[in-house]
Amino acid sequence: MTEMTKIVKTITNILFPFTMIFGLYVIAHGHLTPGGGFQGGAIVASGCALLLVTYGSGWVFTRIKEKRLAAFESMGAIGFLTLAILGIVFSMVFFGNFLAGSNFLFGATPDTGSTLADFNTGGVLPLMNFAVGVKVIAGLFVIVLIMAYASSIKEWGQ
Amino acid sequence: MEKRIVAAVLAFIIVAVFFFFSIFFIHPFGQPGQVHMDDRIIENTQNETGTNNAVTAVVFDYRGFDTLGEATVLFSAVAGVIMIFRRVKK
Repeated sequence: MTEMTKIVKTITNILFPFTMIFGLYVIAHGHLTPGGGFQGGAIVASGCALLLVTYGSGWVFTRIKEKRLAAFESMGAIGFLTLAILGIVFSMVFFGNFLAGSNFLFGATPDTGSTLADFNTGGVLPLMNFAVGVKVIAGLFVIVLIMAYASSIKEWGQ
Repeated sequence: MEKRIVAAVLAFIIVAVFFFFSIFFIHPFGQPGQVHMDDRIIENTQNETGTNNAVTAVVFDYRGFDTLGEATVLFSAVAGVIMIFRRVKK
């Protein structure tokens, strides 16, 4: 896929950081605001797809390899499963929320009812949001990247 | 050809009749029937999971298995794409 014109490049250069920030915000505040790991990851991956459309898949492919993205995707899955299994270890339940109310990391308990958002709440939910976010970012981006690159080349190996 | 049209019209009428009568047995709009689960989650989310966002609490805590299934779907999609396009070289 060839790169696009200077106008599209300029717009992309302006929009890309804001898309990243907004997606990462949605992931980080998944336990307070609407959205979460899946939604924020989809936002960040669509920002990466914008980069892919503008600069061409070859340009992106020389800078980041699909094996590295697949490794990030697997790391997100392993982190998610590790948190779920740590629930068995600490609270005897698969997906048990062992950090909630423990006054440790993200351990504060909000007052019942309509309260102000406190970032230091939620137990394992922010960590799970982060793991799923990394997983969705890398997964969607590697799917779009490989498909765009495969459709752009003429000769197939062997 | 004629028989197929007659069969299609007959099937359409039967399905339409079932849909039409099912309208009268839906509970009225805005008045849900069984709300025990909703009330329990809404009242206990902040105490049990320490989260203000009840939707995230349901997705990642109460229904964690469902999220694990979604993650597995994404993982297998990535694995399938990488396997299919493994011959793509620069």
